[in-house]
Amino acid sequence: MNGRRVGADFRVVARSYFRNPIALFFSLIFPIILIGLFGLIFSNAGGGAVTLPVVNADPGCPFDPVTHNTTTYCQEFLAALNSTHVVKVDVVSMPVAAFASWLGQKDYTVGLVIPPGFGENYTNRLPANVTVYSNPQDAASSGTVFGAVQGVVNGFNLRAAGGTAFLGFRTSNIGSPVYTYIDYLIPGLIGFSILTSPMFSMVDITSSYRKEGIFRQLSLTPLTRSEWLISRVLWYIALTFVTAGIMLGAGIELFGAHVTFTLGLLPFLVVGSFFFVSLGMLAGSIAKTPESAALIGNIITFPMMFLSGTFFQVSSMPPGLQEFAHLLPLYYVIDGMNQVLLFSNTTQALYDLAIVLVGSLIVFALAVRFFRWRDE
Amino acid sequence: MPTAIEVRGLVKRYGPLAAVDGIDFDVPTGTVFAFLGPNGAGKTTTTEILEGLRRRTEGSVRVLGLDPWSDGTALHRRIGVIPQDFRFFEKITPKEAVEYYRALFGTDVDPGKLLAQVELLDKVSARFDTLSGGQKQKLGLALALTNDPEICFLDEPTTGLDPHARRAIWAVIRALRREGRTVFLTTHYLEEAEILADHVAIIHHGRVIAAGTPNEIIRAHGRPARLRVEGSPELAAYLHATLGLTAFAEGGRIDVELGSARDALRVLNAIESSGLPWSAFETAQDTLEDVFVRLVGQMDDGALKSEAPT
Repeated sequence: MNGRRVGADFRVVARSYFRNPIALFFSLIFPIILIGLFGLIFSNAGGGAVTLPVVNADPGCPFDPVTHNTTTYCQEFLAALNSTHVVKVDVVSMPVAAFASWLGQKDYTVGLVIPPGFGENYTNRLPANVTVYSNPQDAASSGTVFGAVQGVVNGFNLRAAGGTAFLGFRTSNIGSPVYTYIDYLIPGLIGFSILTSPMFSMVDITSSYRKEGIFRQLSLTPLTRSEWLISRVLWYIALTFVTAGIMLGAGIELFGAHVTFTLGLLPFLVVGSFFFVSLGMLAGSIAKTPESAALIGNIITFPMMFLSGTFFQVSSMPPGLQEFAHLLPLYYVIDGMNQVLLFSNTTQALYDLAIVLVGSLIVFALAVRFFRWRDE
Repeated sequence: MPTAIEVRGLVKRYGPLAAVDGIDFDVPTGTVFAFLGPNGAGKTTTTEILEGLRRRTEGSVRVLGLDPWSDGTALHRRIGVIPQDFRFFEKITPKEAVEYYRALFGTDVDPGKLLAQVELLDKVSARFDTLSGGQKQKLGLALALTNDPEICFLDEPTTGLDPHARRAIWAVIRALRREGRTVFLTTHYLEEAEILADHVAIIHHGRVIAAGTPNEIIRAHGRPARLRVEGSPELAAYLHATLGLTAFAEGGRIDVELGSARDALRVLNAIESSGLPWSAFETAQDTLEDVFVRLVGQMDDGALKSEAPT
């Protein structure tokens, strides 16, 4: 191992990278796009209110709040739903019979109908049933709406019976006190870039440099295969530091993520990069042609890209997939980062780190073993 | 004279096919050695075995006293190689490439000076993917010289270059020889070998079919030197009768085969004393290219073994 040679090779990698607009885009701009995209798509699921279209079919209680009515119970009911902050009432005007198909057309998965005579019946202490529409495919929204409507109905019943509430509850989130989807997304996306950025390019250059004879050329210099690989590992560690910094910055500044940056994150960036640079080189070395290398690279990368807790929490997956996820090295990188960034759980983080480190050493040794400068 | 490269009984087989089929040659230190042969003859395979890039099947190879395969690391510090169709990192400039090699080899060569030597000074800051084929080849040559090599392996260094660029490379090769380095050159251009090389070996179907200095090869395998004079068939008959030399007459021209340089004077005297009309004369000799084409052609016709070279 010679520092001067590793340094010289590192400079060549860095220069090649900075002069390649596509590579720069994927490491510096793409992470922000990813954070923005997933943040916008999924932030509703974590923290925002569910929009609830409502048809008010009670003629004694028109939806227009400007008109003066004898009773405002239905408006009170809708206001109570709004004040739960988990649903946002959106009153629409149409016949009840057309409501279900309208919901389908507009891609709503939930809806509510206030029946005729709601206000009058409530005033006279007679039964009245609101109808909740839901779509089983969106269990999250349905559950939210069921819970909110149930809570408001119970409150109205309690009031009608003249009772007083004794039991109550406060809310608290797991992990950091006010976690949202974006908080989990940041470690996931840092893991995503630790995986994809070295895998795709290492697989590509390992096979194409061999085809173009660049490795042959390098084999005629004192540069060793280990030195070549180490300089790549160092480069991707540096790149991952930058990418992780961008993601943390964008997540906190643009999406108000509640992530605690700790130095405990750094070992995962280092060991994770080490693992996937080596794995990319191993895949590229085993393949005979650049085309088959790309195929092998994709077969390794794609399952990990989606099933290791990058975009979706592993704990929200079916049990079979969860077990599969536990076989994926990226799972331990992301879980470890979750442990240090969100839960401050050092023991679990060290366990994850140990698994990735041992894996890295094995893959590195295999990569150096299978990687050939010259032909036999 | 010490030997830079020594090859004995070298064989390289790919399955049942012998790409190199038992060749021997020596390259004396400080000389330019040209290794010639048609495409697929085994040139590149042999060159790569000498460079330590390919493992031989049989035979012994010594380059600077080292076994290229097992002592590759030590050998590579002392040789420079420019492969056929040199490729490099696309976004790196010639100056950066030389600096990179300088750091890898731990030498203190001046990039500007080296790039000036290969006439690439106007492109020091151009990225590799913008260079022309000739410029890329020149960079390959510069990189091969970064470690001040004792032997330079140049595999078809001038293929695809324009005449000016070719001459620039020739000048570099001559300079290398002047500096006492050994040059191992493969080329398609026979004229290039004839101009540059001290020694030549011609390989065909994995075997050396001719070896020596260009003149030795031409003498051994070329047709005799000829004196060509414009004259009548009568003059040809006269020359044959008086001198006993073979003389062909065709289209108003006579070719007289010369046994030695002295024969040329005898022919001219005989022409003068014949009293027959004649005009312009010239002497003609086979070039290395003539010999190469004939040797390779004869071998492909299966005629080489029956011909006894004189």
